[in-house]
Amino acid sequence: MRYDIRLTLDHSYPAASDHARNLLRLLPSDGPNQRILRRLLTIVPHPNERRDWQDYFGNVTTLVAWHIPVCAIRFEVSVQAERWAGSAMDISTPLRALGPEIVAAGLSSSAPLHYRPPSPRIGPSAAIARFAQAQCHQAYSTREAVEALGRALHDLMRFDPTATEVTTPPAEAFAARRGVCQDYAQIMICGLRAVGIPAGYVSGFIRTTPPPGQKRLEGVDAMHGWVMAWCGATQGWLEYDPTNAQWAGEDYITTAIGRDYADAAPVRGAVRTAGGQQTKHAVDMIPLQAAYPAFSGPEISPLG
Amino acid sequence: MTQPRANALPDLLKGYALHAGVSDELFDTRGAMRPVWHSFIDPLARMPVAEVEARFARGDQYLRDAGVYFRHYSEGPAQERAWPLSHIPVLIAEAEWAHICDGLAQRADLLEQVLADLYGPARLVAQGHLPAELVAGNPHWRHPMVGMTPKSGYWLHHLAFEIGRSPDGSFFVLGDRTEAPSGAGFALENRMAATRIFTEPFPRAHVRRLAGFFRRFRAALEDMAGPGRDMAILTPGPNNDTYYEHTYIARYLGLMLLEGEDMIVENGQAMVRTVQGLQPLGLLWRRLDDDFVDPLELNEHSALGTPGLLGALRQKGLSMINAPGSAVLETRAFMAFYPRMAKVLLGEALKLPNIATWWCGQARERALVQANARQMIIGGALETGLPFAIGADAALGGEFRGAAPAPLEDWIAARGGALVAQEAVTLSTTPAWEAGRLVPRPMTIRVFAARSKDGWVFMPGGYARIGKTQDPTALAMQAGGSVADVWVMADRPVPADTLVASTSFERVPAGILPARAADNLYWLGRYVERTESAIRLLRAYHLRLAETGDPQDPTLVALASYLAGLDLGIARPVPDALPALIDAARSAAAKVRDRFSPDGWQALNDMAKTARRFTTQVEAGDDAARAMSVLLRKLSGFSGLVHENMYHFLGWRFLSLGRAQERADTMLMQLLAFAAPDAVAGSHEIAIELGDCIMTHQRRYRFGPSRETVLDLLALDADNPRAVLYQLAEMRTHLAALPRPQEAGARMSDVEKLLLELDTELRVATPESVSPSWLAGFRARLARVFDLLSAQYFR
Repeated sequence: MRYDIRLTLDHSYPAASDHARNLLRLLPSDGPNQRILRRLLTIVPHPNERRDWQDYFGNVTTLVAWHIPVCAIRFEVSVQAERWAGSAMDISTPLRALGPEIVAAGLSSSAPLHYRPPSPRIGPSAAIARFAQAQCHQAYSTREAVEALGRALHDLMRFDPTATEVTTPPAEAFAARRGVCQDYAQIMICGLRAVGIPAGYVSGFIRTTPPPGQKRLEGVDAMHGWVMAWCGATQGWLEYDPTNAQWAGEDYITTAIGRDYADAAPVRGAVRTAGGQQTKHAVDMIPLQAAYPAFSGPEISPLG
Repeated sequence: MTQPRANALPDLLKGYALHAGVSDELFDTRGAMRPVWHSFIDPLARMPVAEVEARFARGDQYLRDAGVYFRHYSEGPAQERAWPLSHIPVLIAEAEWAHICDGLAQRADLLEQVLADLYGPARLVAQGHLPAELVAGNPHWRHPMVGMTPKSGYWLHHLAFEIGRSPDGSFFVLGDRTEAPSGAGFALENRMAATRIFTEPFPRAHVRRLAGFFRRFRAALEDMAGPGRDMAILTPGPNNDTYYEHTYIARYLGLMLLEGEDMIVENGQAMVRTVQGLQPLGLLWRRLDDDFVDPLELNEHSALGTPGLLGALRQKGLSMINAPGSAVLETRAFMAFYPRMAKVLLGEALKLPNIATWWCGQARERALVQANARQMIIGGALETGLPFAIGADAALGGEFRGAAPAPLEDWIAARGGALVAQEAVTLSTTPAWEAGRLVPRPMTIRVFAARSKDGWVFMPGGYARIGKTQDPTALAMQAGGSVADVWVMADRPVPADTLVASTSFERVPAGILPARAADNLYWLGRYVERTESAIRLLRAYHLRLAETGDPQDPTLVALASYLAGLDLGIARPVPDALPALIDAARSAAAKVRDRFSPDGWQALNDMAKTARRFTTQVEAGDDAARAMSVLLRKLSGFSGLVHENMYHFLGWRFLSLGRAQERADTMLMQLLAFAAPDAVAGSHEIAIELGDCIMTHQRRYRFGPSRETVLDLLALDADNPRAVLYQLAEMRTHLAALPRPQEAGARMSDVEKLLLELDTELRVATPESVSPSWLAGFRARLARVFDLLSAQYFR
């Protein structure tokens, strides 16, 4: 499926901020299930500094800074991208055999080893671990375990934008049984790690209006967050969206990945200012044409 | 003089019982005294115990006077503890020291290569010489550093090694400090104290000096910073346990002492916010854990760092020692792999072995650990503490430190790769002084290394840790251990050597003043002055109370209500708000301790202590008045130190500006209260007394004080150091000596204009023309001086 994506992020500060400096991860890049046809990031007012590079995890990272005081900043993203659903076949490794494969996978930046230990925002939680073990103990394959945990979590939690904040730790959101996509994703990551499955955070977009006859997805009003889980050397990484209890297929575009939200956050960086900042978010992801048949990999390019 | 001790040596060493299977610094394995100690032990044995202890007291006195402390973390509020010096130094022969340094230079090269590989091609992991598990997910591995190359070409510039002597007499490495090693400054202080203790007849001339190390290190730092670029130490601030050392090294090496908020990054260049605007910084020696260095790319919650510093490193606009990410080398489990990595990277075996270490993530090693747990220390594989600083989740000699969860073998099997085992080493013993005799105590030596253009240079001695008991885990200072000097003994007398090479004379430019330091100095000036006026007010009140004995006396009521308006209500004779004011001065001073003398700091501390005591121990009236006089004398001691002795650098200008502005403001407030047309009888006398002008008033005016004479003398007199006009003139003088904003060109800055206006208005005013509302308006405009100063210099 091919999409037009537009994102507008407005940050405003009560007092003009001195030397604002941000790290942005707003631009998607090519991946196993997606291809970027066009991408553009516009920033108003024009920053005094801008540098783009690929961070360790492969995300397009943009540093922007202003040397003059600014009161309001707008980030506009315009992307045309194509995404196809991955194969539905379970070729994942049996869960009990996953450990040695993780270690054997080495130390490249996409290696599962980075995603198994606790990370800055996702520490161990006994409650989440117990929950995850209960959901996964009947699963044979790693893929089954991921899906079982994701579904169970979706059934347990209630989507509630007022219950948590961007800094709420997963254990707290889990105890409250409420939260937004970021909470769902981070709880699931915590649970997957507890059962030995390497897992990371994915930030990106989901299509605004559902295909005819389907339900509107949760999280369409803002940038979305979901989970990537490593399912063995053969299967590799799979993406699952616990907020909507489904595999992150052709309705999704991945923007950035990391061990948790801190690595993949769309905007990082505080400003020296008194008082809180305000953020406004507007996002649209509109399909351009009818869906292609599902392809299993990037080597079979849908553009032919 | 008391007589030298007869049979001195046996007496001194009576309690010195050697332990089987433990080597000793003083005696070799056959029980003979090592030759290097003779020239030290002989005079010590001959010296009467009382003289030895008097000398020790002299060393302790030096450390107290210099204000050497470390911060003790405990359950209550953090406390500053006196530096725990164990007075007897550890003596090492020069040849043995050279052997140690040779081994450590090889190790330093190895560490550099390992780090460059980990953040570069990662071949060691790919080829199986280091398990990937110990790198990925290691809390000290910093993925944003991957692919970076430091500006200097090297990741490591300053290292420390903890070494110990094994039972067979050879030295081995217990741990590497690769991130931000502390102790080099404390080593200097150890030496200063030891120098005061061991004057003649001790063999001082043979002790290798420490200053040469710092001189070469400083030269290396200058090379790294590049021409015209400043150098600084990045500190987490006064709450850090080794903040004293940060201020000490900054002073000793002439580096700026910065906190994260002192800097910004612009176009890949780190800049210091100074009173002259932004100045480029070439080198940052961080004493801050790397995680906190840059909230943009590392720990997002850090308020201690500067956003963008990693970007500055990436763009080679800054050198940092050591590079972020270097702490990963301290990982305890790495110790198991260094011997092999040495062979792979250097093609040779380690010259100085490190402590035997087994990582429990490997089946064969795990089995070995399970079978020999009793001879091992087992703890977290990814921890970075030294072997003797093990946490609660660890086993020592087969016993759990915390609550035992399971049989040891099961625990090891279950935790596997999360655990590492190290040989339960026996450290050598060295003499420590206890009750007039020498006793053997376990020790480790910390060796400091710095990269110079000719390779690694080592500080010759300076720092050893001495255990409190025979238990090696009591070595850490927090566990009651102490610290001793280490003397590297040359065969021949060594030439004297200080930091500054004596052959050349060079005047160093005054250096730049960070904006935050200027801000703190300004407020230090204000708070000290505010304290002084509070003390004078309290004294005036209690003097009158003693005279009249009647708190309802109208002037007393007026004074009491004025005091209450300043939050100095006198429900108690000395209100708590008074020591709180001194604390405000201290906290401003604490942030600029590298910029004024230890004596000044001591004076402030002493004053705070005394004031606090007075709040509970003093009675109203005469007693309190006298107590205030005591405080006033202490305060003038501090002011004298600062204003008579402090060099008139820019910092002094800000301190003096603060003082002058506070004086002017205080005087205006007092005139508003005590020279008001409707003020109660006796108010004018109070105003004159508070202005310390009783005598002057008598000489200048024929009549007793009136509203006009008071205003004339305390507001409009350019020759009275207490008058508002005089303070304005002072402020203008200091301001004229400050750097001008570049954009102002030849024009006056806003703050200069304002002060000129205020000065002129006061000069043309007459006592008759000064109404209370005019005074109040004047005071409000004077307060704007701070806003303008702040906008121009403190940001």
